[in-house]
Amino acid sequence: MATRTPAAHARGVLIGLLVLLLGMGGLLAFAVQDGRAQWAPLLALDLEGGTQMVLSPQVDGGEEIDEEQLQQAVEVIRQRVDGSGVTEAEITTQGGENVVVGLPGTPDAETRELIQASADMEFRPVLRAEQDMAFLEELLAEEEDLSEEDAEALEEQLDGTEEEEQAQPEDFEEPTAEPENGSDPNWITPQVAADFANFECSSEISLEDRAESSPDEPLVSCDPESGMKYLLGPVAVPGTNIEDSSFGMEQSGAGQSTGRWAVTINFDAEGTEAFSDTTTRLLGLEAPRNQFAIMLDGQVISAPTTQAAIVDGRPQITGDFTEDEARGLSEQLRYGSLPISFEIESEQQISATLGEEQLRLGLLAGIIGLVLVAGYALFQYRTLGLVTIVSLVVAGVMTWWAIALLGWSDGYRLSLAGIAGLIVAIGLTADSFIVYFERIKDELREGRSLPGAVEAGWSRARRTILASKAVNVIAAVVLYLVAVGNVRGFAFTLGLTAIIDVILVFLFTHPLMQLVARRKFFAAGKKFSGLSEKELGVDVLYRGSGRFGRRQQSGSAETLSQSAPAAALAGTSAGSLPSSPLRPSAGAAGDAREDRVQEVPEISESEWSQMTIAERRRARAAASRQQDTDETEEGR
Amino acid sequence: MAANFAKAGNQLYTGERAYPFIQRSNLWFILAAVLILASIAVPFFRGGFNLGIEFTGGSEFTVSQTENTDIAVGQDAVEEVSGQEAIVTNVAPGTVRVQTEELSDTETLEVADALQQGYGVSAEQVSSTFIGPVWGEQISEQMLLGLIVFVVLVALYMAFYFRTWTMSIAAMLGLAFVVIVTVGIYAATGFEVTPSAIIGFLTILSYALYDTMVVFDKIRENVDGLRSQLDQTFTERVNLAVNQTLVRSINTSVVGILPVGSILFIGSLLLGAGTLRDISLSLFVGIIVGTLATIFIQAPLYARMRRNDTAIRSHTAEVLALREQRGVHAVTSSGMALDAAGQPTVFPPLPEPEPEGELEDDDEYQVIIQAPHEH
Repeated sequence: MATRTPAAHARGVLIGLLVLLLGMGGLLAFAVQDGRAQWAPLLALDLEGGTQMVLSPQVDGGEEIDEEQLQQAVEVIRQRVDGSGVTEAEITTQGGENVVVGLPGTPDAETRELIQASADMEFRPVLRAEQDMAFLEELLAEEEDLSEEDAEALEEQLDGTEEEEQAQPEDFEEPTAEPENGSDPNWITPQVAADFANFECSSEISLEDRAESSPDEPLVSCDPESGMKYLLGPVAVPGTNIEDSSFGMEQSGAGQSTGRWAVTINFDAEGTEAFSDTTTRLLGLEAPRNQFAIMLDGQVISAPTTQAAIVDGRPQITGDFTEDEARGLSEQLRYGSLPISFEIESEQQISATLGEEQLRLGLLAGIIGLVLVAGYALFQYRTLGLVTIVSLVVAGVMTWWAIALLGWSDGYRLSLAGIAGLIVAIGLTADSFIVYFERIKDELREGRSLPGAVEAGWSRARRTILASKAVNVIAAVVLYLVAVGNVRGFAFTLGLTAIIDVILVFLFTHPLMQLVARRKFFAAGKKFSGLSEKELGVDVLYRGSGRFGRRQQSGSAETLSQSAPAAALAGTSAGSLPSSPLRPSAGAAGDAREDRVQEVPEISESEWSQMTIAERRRARAAASRQQDTDETEEGR
Repeated sequence: MAANFAKAGNQLYTGERAYPFIQRSNLWFILAAVLILASIAVPFFRGGFNLGIEFTGGSEFTVSQTENTDIAVGQDAVEEVSGQEAIVTNVAPGTVRVQTEELSDTETLEVADALQQGYGVSAEQVSSTFIGPVWGEQISEQMLLGLIVFVVLVALYMAFYFRTWTMSIAAMLGLAFVVIVTVGIYAATGFEVTPSAIIGFLTILSYALYDTMVVFDKIRENVDGLRSQLDQTFTERVNLAVNQTLVRSINTSVVGILPVGSILFIGSLLLGAGTLRDISLSLFVGIIVGTLATIFIQAPLYARMRRNDTAIRSHTAEVLALREQRGVHAVTSSGMALDAAGQPTVFPPLPEPEPEGELEDDDEYQVIIQAPHEH
């Protein structure tokens, strides 16, 4: 490494960047080919049209909601929205306390209510249970890759029941007496029986069905996972009587783990009593009436069989759970203890027309901003400004692809605020180049050759750029974490572009400058190169082989560079090398003192320009150590 | 012109041309104090801020691409449905904004309908927003939290990077100035304060500190070599750093302002009120205040805080005493010597060491020889 010339190194780095860019583009092209991604970034609702609602959870009695419960609430909303036939709904939590729902178009009143309503949990005794054949058929149709054996078994089951007429209440017998308890078959009126027979299991529950269900009446429902449908008695224990729920390995009587996952429910006093009554009653009944169903939001999530009368209010549900299933059930139970409803904090409906207009104008603003910055760069830095422009273009392509890739991998959508962030970033990105170019100019003013100035300027600009970009990244991360609503997009693009900017300065702008510095046009400081005498604002002489020098006058001009503060403090950068041909020969006492200030007196300029940054840094460090020693001695 | 700018850049770099940013700090501080007081007082006189609907709660409708921009149509529509007086503004060509107090769901739909008919546009062209009354508060709380976290993180980061608390504290005090003055400007001009504007404020902080980092990094570089020379004082070196980065500061703020200005232009003239205008307006104000604060507040503040360190005081005294001896009576604010005609010149050689100084010279000589053995 150390022996490579800067130019070779620069070419290597540029090839590296090219590989990175091709990799990104290739990955995106591959995903687009596959139909999983698209070239254009995904657009957020404010650009595409649609409705965005920010909801805050409401709990009775002002109890605290934890992240898990909120997540569960989001799950419930998602199921409801999906069930209502709205596609492409986006539901996320933000800041740990809000739920953001994005829907295309304008949601009707029903959908809005569905989103806001709380989901109740109930425990109901099972009166009848039956496999929903239509559900199985559908399952069969959907899953063609079902194993043959399973498929056969399913079909056999289906063949057995081929009466597909609507059952009528008249077909069923009237109950013989008033129901005595929750498990009494007398709950089954002909109407309920017919409903049960006609019931088709699906994950959709209409608002009317929801409104109809009453805790004191029997209910027909099903488990949309398995397709089992249930005729259930009135509510035995409401979910609000649950105090807590946990899951873990089942313990046998001897206190040893059985290796099976179990979910434990803790009921409060009221719940304990009610549950004790129910289980005592269910224990003596025949299947399926010894089961009770745990319902969440109108659907059966589990229907365990009673194996003992639970009098202590701590039932344990076991089964062939995986750890995840056990955790899921336990979380649902915890959620059930605290039904969360939602209040709409803000709702924004953007018509597609307005969205389109905002996108168009946002892009227009971006283009204007870009053109203005490019123009200013050319004005200030002449041909060198082209380096800025090319860098901005590469940064633009990289940002675009990164956003498209993020849209594919994480569903990131570009919002209007995000576009604002991108436009603001143009200025911040261009600033890295300004810091860098100004440093190069400073080094040229010190009398360095252009390649030397590029190296020396870079080693200092790099530090400044990294340090200041870090501030931007910290800000973007903090903003992203605390922001709610569409403003998050702004923080995101701001952070993304700061990182891309750093990558770019290191992998593109600097190597490009290293190569450019070897072109005669720039090195010789031709007119309009941005580095000409006039443009540098310094009286420089073209000294051949790409070197500038100050005029050798006996007067003030050349000595300026000497005792002017610039030289002294550039100090650290070997600003005035003793062997430099530019150095005036005046050997005054002041110079004698300055000689001590210069750090690396033993290296000639030609050697110096051949050295790598690392070598220079070492030389400089060594020299300054020595200098420090001098000073301490001097101080005595 | 660019060439002149470049020439000025060179003179600023050498110290030949120098603006007394640090030396005049008393003046800047007095101005800053006046601005801060005004910024605090203005909200009281004007009765607070022009808070956006996000903070007051209510409903907002935007009718876009309409030919009829008559304000009365919007007022009538709301009047009919809910009997309220609505604030209707023609925010941009072809765009009308209607703000009302909180409406129920059905009322919202009805007003949207009435607006559609009134302006003769399709349902596609009416957008509506509803905001609950606590929403803005929640956002402000989150932002305040963000502000505190950010300031603490950056203060730690700067202290770590510069290895000194003084720079960090000077930067943070300057930041407070930026925040207060920007808020004051908002109060004085009656610009609408919306969550987007508040996000803009937070971004300003990042921008202002970014700018400060660059200038402070140069100061650090200049001050690092302070003790190894006896030509310039601490103050002059800090001032030199500010002058050396002046061209960059100007270029940076121009380059920063240009894109922000284009969003502001598009946002306020063509799109009307909204995310774009609010973010860019606060950034526009903030970039200017932030750049000025770095030069006039933060850097001088740092110099102030360090100036009275014993080491720096003795160094300054030594430099000034030497200047007397060397016959340098005039220097630029960045510490370049001037001759009798006011032209930049070289510092005369340091006075010959006094007789007993010869011993010191011997010491130094010996040290140079010894040094390699020590490492």
